[in-house]
Amino acid sequence: MANLAAVVGIGQTKYMTKRTDVSIAGLLREAAFKALQDAELTWDDIDAVIIGKAPDMFEGVIMPEVYLTDALGCNGKPMLRVHTAGSVGGSTALVAASHVQSGTFKRVLTVAFEKQSESNAMWALSNAQPFSTHLNAGAGGYFAPIIREYMRRSKAPYDVGIKVAVKDRLHGARNPLAHLQKPDITMKEVEESFMLWDPIRFLESCPSSDGACAMVIANEELADKASKPPAWIRGVAMRSEPTMYAGREQVNPQAGRDCAADVYKQAGITDPRKDLDCAEVYVPFSWYEPMWLENLGFAPEGEGWKLTMEGATSLDEGGDIPWNCSGGVLSSNPIGASGMIRFAEAARQVRGDAGAHQVEGAKLALGHAYGGGAQFFAMWVVGAEKS
Amino acid sequence: MKDIAIVAYQQSDSVSDAGAVNEVELIMPVLARTFEQAGLNSAQDVDFVCSGSCDYLQGAAFAFVSGVDALGAVPPIKESHVEMDAAWALYESILKIRMGHADSALIYGFGKSSPGELPVVLSQQLDPYYLAPLWVDSISLAALQARMMLDKGLITERDMAEVVSRSRRNAMNNPHAQLSGDISVDDVLAEETYLSPLRKADCSPISDGASAIIIATVEQARAWGLPYAVISGIDHCIETHNLGMRDLTDSVSTRMAANRAGMNTGKVDVAELYAPFSHQEIILARALGLDDSTQVNPSGGVLAGNLMMASGLSRVGEVFNRIVKGEAQRGIAHATSGPCLQHNLVTVLEKGENA
Repeated sequence: MANLAAVVGIGQTKYMTKRTDVSIAGLLREAAFKALQDAELTWDDIDAVIIGKAPDMFEGVIMPEVYLTDALGCNGKPMLRVHTAGSVGGSTALVAASHVQSGTFKRVLTVAFEKQSESNAMWALSNAQPFSTHLNAGAGGYFAPIIREYMRRSKAPYDVGIKVAVKDRLHGARNPLAHLQKPDITMKEVEESFMLWDPIRFLESCPSSDGACAMVIANEELADKASKPPAWIRGVAMRSEPTMYAGREQVNPQAGRDCAADVYKQAGITDPRKDLDCAEVYVPFSWYEPMWLENLGFAPEGEGWKLTMEGATSLDEGGDIPWNCSGGVLSSNPIGASGMIRFAEAARQVRGDAGAHQVEGAKLALGHAYGGGAQFFAMWVVGAEKS
Repeated sequence: MKDIAIVAYQQSDSVSDAGAVNEVELIMPVLARTFEQAGLNSAQDVDFVCSGSCDYLQGAAFAFVSGVDALGAVPPIKESHVEMDAAWALYESILKIRMGHADSALIYGFGKSSPGELPVVLSQQLDPYYLAPLWVDSISLAALQARMMLDKGLITERDMAEVVSRSRRNAMNNPHAQLSGDISVDDVLAEETYLSPLRKADCSPISDGASAIIIATVEQARAWGLPYAVISGIDHCIETHNLGMRDLTDSVSTRMAANRAGMNTGKVDVAELYAPFSHQEIILARALGLDDSTQVNPSGGVLAGNLMMASGLSRVGEVFNRIVKGEAQRGIAHATSGPCLQHNLVTVLEKGENA
């Protein structure tokens, strides 16, 4: 069995379109330093550093850990760079946790980032590849037909996505770090925003952000001594499947279902809607909330949209299972960090440290990330208690 | 903590240009042979898969995503990836086994360096504000390092040529080597310099290829009935990126990693060192305190063929081969990343009891 480990420090930058005031290293250091401050530790207390980000082409720096070691106080220590597409922020947290859960290290620092203003993610994602179909469409163009298929199958009303877009931005307005601050957003405003990739409107899409998120993960002995409440890691899981194969279920991917079943089993969760207090789930395009509600077992297949429309996932409507209280990916999206932000925000909730977007009394939370063609999944469950 | 063993290792031929073969086609034959060696059918038969690759070699984002196509990941598998040499994927996999979430793992690395200008591509790995804009290529930086060695009287050009000559001769016994042959030290010294003081022979060649390893708990390895070598230690360590702030004539991080991996608790029969330039083999051997009792790079090392993102993993595999063949009892494998040996990983392998 894995050794117990817990999040004992969290640091995030403010998310925004362009952080022209800091270098790439400065951006990471800002988040890392805040995590150390939160944990009341110094650089010397860290045994290893694990970083993650999406493709190197987003900033144009190859294997950036080589350059970032000095800024992250890593000289003379092990440093690892994880890259698993959009799920990377989550995977990086899991790999960092494994450094401690394996008993190999006592306390590690993990940082995930993206400084998207350094380049153009749409371009970096759309390079033509020899021998492969060229999808010059970015992520939205890839996911739009899958969303249309969900709408056809579930017979969901047309405005479910609009509702998610409003709900997550209202959540984001409670979170001072969120990139988009839209406290007055309305269904009408979202509906009237221009269509990017039918049925995804501009305001139903995530922004492009600069930002970094960091966590300090410690073993049981050190977490017990931490001055602030730790977020105990109760389950960890990853799954991958190929982008395309005959008969692949793209709307409700098997890899996501398997990953959720694995992490729930470890955390003793049988009914996620009932057992969990909240969830931070990777929803870069609004319709992915109802789709993931089903994929993650919060609702039967074809009925995820009903939870959304009932307000079950809304903090403002007093929902029983609030999703993305931080504003989610729809409010801030430094791609490589977005998964780790989900994991860190889940941890903030169970530490009782989520400020104005705190779910009262949250004891158990899910952090979720996905990437590629909805084929890479990373999840963890964190709790206020050890078991 | 459970003892972990290597049970299979395969590498493709190291070739200067794989032509129209894409990454999946590079990987698949290697994986097929690796599974065959372990008596397994596919990635479904191991508990975890981890790979190492670099998008910039392919010139497109997500090089590793198509790699998943080579795995037969239906139903879905537990899988991860590092944008590093696959030796670090091995490291991640070992943590996964130590934490009890897997009893076995497949690790693979692949790189097709031929389509681009590798030394120039690697210049974009440097500090993006102060160094990368200068486009200092990886060979030029290594040449500066070699010049420091020569100027300080730590090596001679003949010492470097001896490394090359031995590498090429050893590579004659390595069926996957790209460069091999019976060339003398004087033959090497007769070559013109390329980027002074380096001759072309002092530099590892541009290579395409892949390699793969399967590891398992010793219990699992025995249950499979496979010959194995035990990984008794593995550690890695990075140094400052600022080339002016570290002693380029030494490799402190290699020594630290080796000490923490427990290299010095026994005799080292064989060492496979990832030295892309001849003088770096000397730096590494000295940093590790290796003497004549250790055979260095019997495979020819990466001067005989350098599979970017897989060479570090292949070093581990080569030591495994020596141990299971009974040619060595104990050995170390080294992997490196970054300019002038900035980041180093050391694995210690031993013959298993009853193996």
